[in-house]
Amino acid sequence: MYERYFKGTGTLIKLLLRQQRFKIFAWLGGLVIVTLAVASAYPSIYKDEQSKQAFALTMDNPAMVAMLGPLHEIENYIHSIGAVFAHEMLLFTAVAVGIMSILLAGRSTRADEEEGLTEMIHALSVGRLSYLSAAMIVLFLTNVLLAVLTGFGLAVLGIEEMGLEGSLLYGVILGSTGFVFSSFTVLFAQVAETSRGATMLSFAVLILAYLVRAIGDVSNETLSLISPLGWTVRTEVFVENDWWPILLKIAAAIIITILAFYLNTIRDLGSGFIASKGGKKHASAFLKTPFGLSWRLGGTNIIAWAIGVFALGASFGAILGDLETYYAEMDVMQAFIAEDAGSSMTEQFIGLLMAIMALISVIPAVMTVLKLKGEENRNRTENLYSRAVSRGKVLGSYYILAVIVTIVMQALVAIGLWSAGLAVMDEALEFGTIFTSALVYLPAMWVVVGIAVLLVGTLPKATGFVWFYVVYLFIVLYLNGILEFPQWMVSLSVFEHVPTIPTEEMDWATMIILTVIAMIIAVIGFIGYNKRDLEG
Amino acid sequence: MAILETTNLTKKFGKFTALNGVNIEVNKGEVYGFIGPNGAGKSTTIRVLLGMLKATEGEATIFGKDVWADAVAIHKRIAYVPGDVNLWPNLTGGEVIDLFMKMNGNVNEQRRDELIEKFNFDPTKKCRTYSKGNRQKVALIAAFASESDLYILDEPTSGLDPLMESVFQECVMDAKREGKSVLLSSHILSEVEKLCDKVAIIRQGEIIETGTLSELRHLTRTNLTVKTKEPMPDLNEIKGIHNVEENDGELKFQVDTEELDEVIRYISQFGILKLESAPPTLEDLFMRHYQGAGHADSGGAL
Repeated sequence: MYERYFKGTGTLIKLLLRQQRFKIFAWLGGLVIVTLAVASAYPSIYKDEQSKQAFALTMDNPAMVAMLGPLHEIENYIHSIGAVFAHEMLLFTAVAVGIMSILLAGRSTRADEEEGLTEMIHALSVGRLSYLSAAMIVLFLTNVLLAVLTGFGLAVLGIEEMGLEGSLLYGVILGSTGFVFSSFTVLFAQVAETSRGATMLSFAVLILAYLVRAIGDVSNETLSLISPLGWTVRTEVFVENDWWPILLKIAAAIIITILAFYLNTIRDLGSGFIASKGGKKHASAFLKTPFGLSWRLGGTNIIAWAIGVFALGASFGAILGDLETYYAEMDVMQAFIAEDAGSSMTEQFIGLLMAIMALISVIPAVMTVLKLKGEENRNRTENLYSRAVSRGKVLGSYYILAVIVTIVMQALVAIGLWSAGLAVMDEALEFGTIFTSALVYLPAMWVVVGIAVLLVGTLPKATGFVWFYVVYLFIVLYLNGILEFPQWMVSLSVFEHVPTIPTEEMDWATMIILTVIAMIIAVIGFIGYNKRDLEG
Repeated sequence: MAILETTNLTKKFGKFTALNGVNIEVNKGEVYGFIGPNGAGKSTTIRVLLGMLKATEGEATIFGKDVWADAVAIHKRIAYVPGDVNLWPNLTGGEVIDLFMKMNGNVNEQRRDELIEKFNFDPTKKCRTYSKGNRQKVALIAAFASESDLYILDEPTSGLDPLMESVFQECVMDAKREGKSVLLSSHILSEVEKLCDKVAIIRQGEIIETGTLSELRHLTRTNLTVKTKEPMPDLNEIKGIHNVEENDGELKFQVDTEELDEVIRYISQFGILKLESAPPTLEDLFMRHYQGAGHADSGGAL
């Protein structure tokens, strides 16, 4: 029995660990560092009872409950910084752990199978379930390690009101959430026929779990108990420290895993239970154009970002009503938002928010341009250029798509912010002002897009450099208020030249200059692209 | 009239010379074989011809137009099949074929459907599920469904089964009958032998041999199998005789074509019982050029 099903599992665990070690290391490192760094900052952010009480009051509206989970008694927040920390951090970190588990699990199950690795392993003297068992054990170990590092890490920080049991429970919540989503992914890896299908189904479950919990937390608690993420936010960690949701999660993960193992034993290698459905026999007229093709290749990603920025805009809009009370209490935000008698706190916040949102929105636009380089790396542009398609037309399609992306993203930010603000604020924001404050960043965003085109056209090996510039923009934006960089460093950030609406006046001259610069950079990129050798 | 012509075509990548003075001429209605080991410069030549790489020196024209400057105009009348077809995983085979045909600028739907039938291809699957051979079929169907005057085929049959390979050969023959030209780079020498009118052999970026198959054979050795009444002494000493093997009293050896007359005179002294001669296969030719060079020809994977 052991021979037949599990022979060689130990060796395969080592093999999988070797393949995945960097990813595991990076994920664990990132998650643990962020958690510990934020936790250690909390006592200085929420120094006294008033600030904690203000926090609890800010959280006490349906929008925030839907986003972060149900509220405890306000008393609990006043007496426990841990409760405040968990309320803000736990759910989102758990979602990140879920994403990590889905990606890792998808890789070492369906993706390996799709690439033929599993087939080669199965041709050796190993058991039928060995590969799957090894994958599951690696995922389990990863999540255990996460729980241990986070739990003891938090305990070692020695923050009063964040005790050992609470810290360990916090770690275990994260680890067990990861375990649940690993098991889902392993199950879908048996059911779906492609690795993409398996990860997509798993992400769908993650999103569904989040939404069911959000609706349940706002309206009907029983509904939340269906969702694994509903269990995540119901441990009263650092307050009551209930362990029952953990047992629930582990039981669920084990049942799902057993089901996955069973399905694995009864299916053929390379096949699934949901056959991938047949696609279209012919291309639509739109797909047959270079623009249509670039949209088809990058569209899913763009739509995902569009939903994301809209949701971000809307969720910031939802808290605008409580903003004045909230930020008046927070010292950290004071550093960003200079005291300015002439404008209200809300207006200053909108100005800062728009800069951040513009940076987030420029990312999908840059990705759109760099997609062309990715296509070249995968030897797919030769499919186009060996036919009667000019280079200018292809690069132009990606460029135009990127510019459209910047406009759509910023418009969505404005619409999201405005419409959510409308619902919660006594005195609604003026749509025109919000719209202008979002669109004013477009010329600066086009400069960034232009840099991407320039690199693709003239320095194809260094296209990643544009990301350094995006990070640089973030750093200047976030830290300039605190660190006070020299003027030339600030000037290098194109975002710093953009007038902050509504607190500043519109500056058309700068807008025009930035647009012209953006166009010149892009044109140089186009010229370079027409002249250089293409790799594939 | 030359459909495709290169003169002294040279391509350098930094210090590495990938192509060194390549001359090729493909005429109307001609199938031109282009053979050489991996890294010899076949794909680099083809990439230059497609206007993806810019030649460092020399000239390359197709239909009398410059391959770099007039790439788009030229490509309306050519079809290209790479040896390694990379497709978009989230498009179906049928969508890709349509896309390719549209980009070529001429659409012959009837021909496309015939070829899909002939190659026994399922166009409704996503490209990520296709095997190597099936991806190859996508490019072949798109190429032969287009109304092109020149087909550039870079190891087009890699991954195809023998049945499909013969379908491919029919397609090339049909194209030739219609007066189209073909540049066929291949490793499968029997295929080149069957299809090509002319052959060029490239090694380390240089064309070392070019001509019709019979011209090339002339330059090389003939295989002889001989049995004589009396034993032949010192066969190895005779000028133009190579690789002597003895088997059951029969002698097998190769003769330089230009020495054939002398060798036959010599052999006939010993009373010929049996004499078989076979023309050299392309493989012999190929092997002779590469092994004769005495060292491995490993260029970059370009």
